[in-house]
Amino acid sequence: MIKIAMYWGAGCGGCDVSLLGLHEKILDLLNEAEIVFWPCAMDFKYEDLEKMEDKSIDVAFYNGGIRTEENEEIAKLLRKKAKILVAYGSCATEGCVIGLANLYDKKDIFETVYLKNETTKNDEKIVPKEETDDLKLPEFLPYLKTLEQVVEVDASIPGCPPPMPVLEDALNALLQGKTKFGKEVALCDECPRKDTKPDKIEISRFYRWHEKEDNGDCFLAQNMICMGPATRAGCGGECISANIPCTGCMGPVPKVRNQGTSMLSAIASLIGEEIDEETEKEIINSIEDFAGTFYKFSTAKLLPEGRLKDES
Amino acid sequence: MSFEPKIVAFLCNWCAYAGADMAGTSRLKYPANVVPIRVMCSGRIDAEFIIDAFEKGADGVFIGGCHPGDCHYVSGNYRARRRVEMVKKLLSQMGVNEKRLRIEWVSATEGKKFATVIEEFVDEIKKLGPSPWRK
Ligand code: SF4
Ligand code: SF4
Ligand code: SF4
Ligand code: FES
Repeated sequence: MIKIAMYWGAGCGGCDVSLLGLHEKILDLLNEAEIVFWPCAMDFKYEDLEKMEDKSIDVAFYNGGIRTEENEEIAKLLRKKAKILVAYGSCATEGCVIGLANLYDKKDIFETVYLKNETTKNDEKIVPKEETDDLKLPEFLPYLKTLEQVVEVDASIPGCPPPMPVLEDALNALLQGKTKFGKEVALCDECPRKDTKPDKIEISRFYRWHEKEDNGDCFLAQNMICMGPATRAGCGGECISANIPCTGCMGPVPKVRNQGTSMLSAIASLIGEEIDEETEKEIINSIEDFAGTFYKFSTAKLLPEGRLKDES
Repeated sequence: MSFEPKIVAFLCNWCAYAGADMAGTSRLKYPANVVPIRVMCSGRIDAEFIIDAFEKGADGVFIGGCHPGDCHYVSGNYRARRRVEMVKKLLSQMGVNEKRLRIEWVSATEGKKFATVIEEFVDEIKKLGPSPWRK
């Protein structure tokens, strides 16, 4: 029996659910593997993990990023106890949406969440404290880190959460001790709309997907930013099939280091050639959120130590 | 000690690099802070090169290409201009002053212009201080 573990760090819980999303296949998994630690689904305490012998877990999955002292501690502990440590999902691999918090300081985050948000009602201005007279909570770290930024990682399963075909393929490989899996091409390659992607695209303004009626063609051809060309294949185009452009949750195609800059460079090349400098600026300015568009899933890799601080 | 910035300059082979060469052969003086990197065309400069240069310790990144209409490969310089505009937006969202990135058109005969814009740029970066990546 192979021993496996799953831990939930700073994430939304969707990754834990995605493992259950295997449905009856989870029974096949349980035929081959014994779950020795999975706090979200079964009753385990950290002590149980501490007591295990080093390297006694065959494959440990870590989902979520590292945002608290506690997340960091468990990441290190799992590294010690596991033979193969796997970053499970986009948060653990690249920081994901919660990594966008690296565009802000810890102070900004606390103020927004507890005091300034329009939906926050907090007349007494209560802000969480890390320490009281008799209680100490794990520290909220200054920025979000990916698993790899904290410990050595043997394999990563991309996706937010990993789409079923990606997960099945990864589990099959990992249970046989293989740490290489997944496709090496871009999403466009398997996109249901790929036949409508023209050879030459000329963009004269960008639309967000709610601003325009979808005609069923390739989103880029419709002047909507679709991260497909810079995103690793595997999901089969889940979002495209739901009539939404890809935002890039599968991360970069292997061998490409930087998904955001490669897509940004590609998009810049698609702006119509005849356009003058003035109009060009307007078109570019119509993209409101550059980090959120091109680095929705990998800001934590772009800003591994949080927001940069230029003096002037 | 006064701050001597490190500037990475990506220069296209046909115009800006030739312009820098011209500045050299005409014995014009410009600051020695610049590390020139020759590329065939400014359109070859991927946004990743710019971010990479900063991550590896550049205080400023300069891109030199042919004047509009003069690019040896027709439209590479327009692509470069668009990328620079977009990377500037990204930089400012990251907390970096977008003045650390500059693009200029320099022809093969404009040795003087090359020396002047580099001098200006170095001054500007001196005022801004070391890159926030280096702090
Ligand atoms: S990768 Fe996505 S689904 Fe998984 S924890 Fe992060 S936000 Fe949730
Ligand atoms: S750009 Fe998007 S919609 Fe177009 S083919 Fe690629 S993945 Fe499909
Ligand atoms: S279409 Fe893009 S964002 Fe959607 S699941 Fe696939 S890779 Fe992720
Ligand atoms: S060759 Fe100089 S910019 Fe293209």
